Amino acid sequence: MRNIFKTSYVQDIRLFEHGGHVFWYALLLIGVFAAPLAVSEFFVGEMSLVFIYAVAGIGLMILTGYTGLASLGHAAFLGIGAYAHVYFVKLGIPFPFALVMAGAVSAAFGIAFALPALRMTGIYLAIATLAFAVIMEQVFSHWTSVTGGFRGLPVTKPNIFGWQTTTETHLYYVCLVVLILVTLGTRNILRSATGRAMMAIRDSEISAQSMGIHIARTKVTSFGLSTFITGIAGALLAHKLQFISPEAFDLILSISLLLMIVVGGLGSLHGCFYGAIVVAFLPQFLALVKDVLPPSIGQIPGLQGGVFGLVLVLFILLEPYGIYGRWRKVRLFFEIFPLYRRATFKRQRGYLKTERMR
Amino acid sequence: MTPRANGAKPKGVLLEADKLTIQFGGLRAVDQVSFAVQPGEVYTIVGPNGAGKTTVFNLISRIYDVSDGRIVFQGQDITGVPPHRIARMGIARTFQNIELFEHATVLQNLLVGRHCRNRTNLLTEIFFTPGVMRQELDHRRRVERIIDLLELQHYRDQIIANLPYGVRKMVELARALSTEPTLLLLDEPASGLNIEETDDLANWIDDIKNDLKITVLMIEHDMRLVSRVSDRVLAMNQGRVLAEGGPAEVQRHPDVVRAYLGA
Repeated sequence: MRNIFKTSYVQDIRLFEHGGHVFWYALLLIGVFAAPLAVSEFFVGEMSLVFIYAVAGIGLMILTGYTGLASLGHAAFLGIGAYAHVYFVKLGIPFPFALVMAGAVSAAFGIAFALPALRMTGIYLAIATLAFAVIMEQVFSHWTSVTGGFRGLPVTKPNIFGWQTTTETHLYYVCLVVLILVTLGTRNILRSATGRAMMAIRDSEISAQSMGIHIARTKVTSFGLSTFITGIAGALLAHKLQFISPEAFDLILSISLLLMIVVGGLGSLHGCFYGAIVVAFLPQFLALVKDVLPPSIGQIPGLQGGVFGLVLVLFILLEPYGIYGRWRKVRLFFEIFPLYRRATFKRQRGYLKTERMR
Repeated sequence: MTPRANGAKPKGVLLEADKLTIQFGGLRAVDQVSFAVQPGEVYTIVGPNGAGKTTVFNLISRIYDVSDGRIVFQGQDITGVPPHRIARMGIARTFQNIELFEHATVLQNLLVGRHCRNRTNLLTEIFFTPGVMRQELDHRRRVERIIDLLELQHYRDQIIANLPYGVRKMVELARALSTEPTLLLLDEPASGLNIEETDDLANWIDDIKNDLKITVLMIEHDMRLVSRVSDRVLAMNQGRVLAEGGPAEVQRHPDVVRAYLGA
């Protein structure tokens, strides 16, 4: 077990807790940058999908994992980002600017939605976001002059200041760089006042308010940030799919995003990455398993949706803190071996909260 | 302020409640309650359950809107100030049924307490500019002083959900102190504490008053603690003021005795 001797406050504030982290994250970074040299083009494409999902997951994590506001309609913001980005690119705006502008358009929609909707909380807000997603799906299908309607829109590969990307590997690096920037920006917000304000609202609105936090403004900020990042993910997804149509941004995608952060671990950025890996590779895995399974099971329509739902339910029941929570337990087991006990992570009895103001 | 007839210099008033009234439907939870808290004192509100004590706190921290009357803090009418401004004006509070941020560490909870003193914006935070770093370090230094004062060093990095009740109470007190208040509202700080913890609390309230020069407005049932730390006591029952004065004086007051024991 590593004992960290702290000699300055900076140690608690900086991005990496200790040298060990720096080493492992550097190794990971070298690994992902070198990966396209070692693996097939197909696998590289799947990895870019993981990165795009991770960006979207970070977006949803800010809202749901850190501010405690559930959204069942984040696919709509992916869609808005995707269509806006394609529109801007067609106008001839360079890729990086179009990307940020697509995020901004998505955030504008998000904020416009949040201003009235954030009077609701919990399940009511979730239903409102669901309704928003349904409405946006209709907009995508009927606003044909911009979206191409059901016929969809073809998407070219990104052209970054004259560098025309052509292969999956190029897109892989674009997604990777965007993911790294988004992760760093989010980490910075989470370790400063705004991030703490979000977590405060998640845990107790009443005392957050008494600490001087403007509840409505912080929630709108969280919604804006979340939809901005999700919009950027949508723009990348458009390039990945090379073709966008309204069906790409349906309810199943919203649920997959939610599945991602729950399976990965609510309230941790690591969770977005674990979740993205699961959501990106589970369909591939199912496709493989289908051939092995007897046809009566393997050919059931909607098998994928069923398995996704089952995974979600099992995680909520058995490991509410997701894969990241499980990883922390395993790590602690080895760190303090042989002192780990089953009860180590058991929550203490919750203290009675009567007259709790909400 | 009008000079008094007898020429005695009026002591300053930090917080004044003037005929405070709130009505929930047909119920007057607080009815024409007036009192004035002087700077540097420990002022305690006592009374049986349902007397309206916590409601008075919720009126001062602007969680409820007053139906009638005014609250004046440092000469400024705060009756219409939005609730998130109250902390920055210098009023901090704790809650009767602990309202901590359960999934955060003690340190993070105290840092949230610093929110009302924060001067950074989202854009600088995204890039974590040197200015943000300086401010974070400043928050840390101030929070550590409070951790030292309340002897919470041992719990600094622990998640609230894993802490015992007594410690949570102290963390709540620490979080309120982190806002650098002028006036501290403590809602039943000793409820659920054992005798030693209550003794510690009495010492800390003395320290808060004498060393930090923070005025304390407290709701408390434990009369031993009330007698030990309070300068003045206000007794309430059914939304009305029964008596005001020194701790011993109020405890002997016939109306107070009747309210507690029944006539």
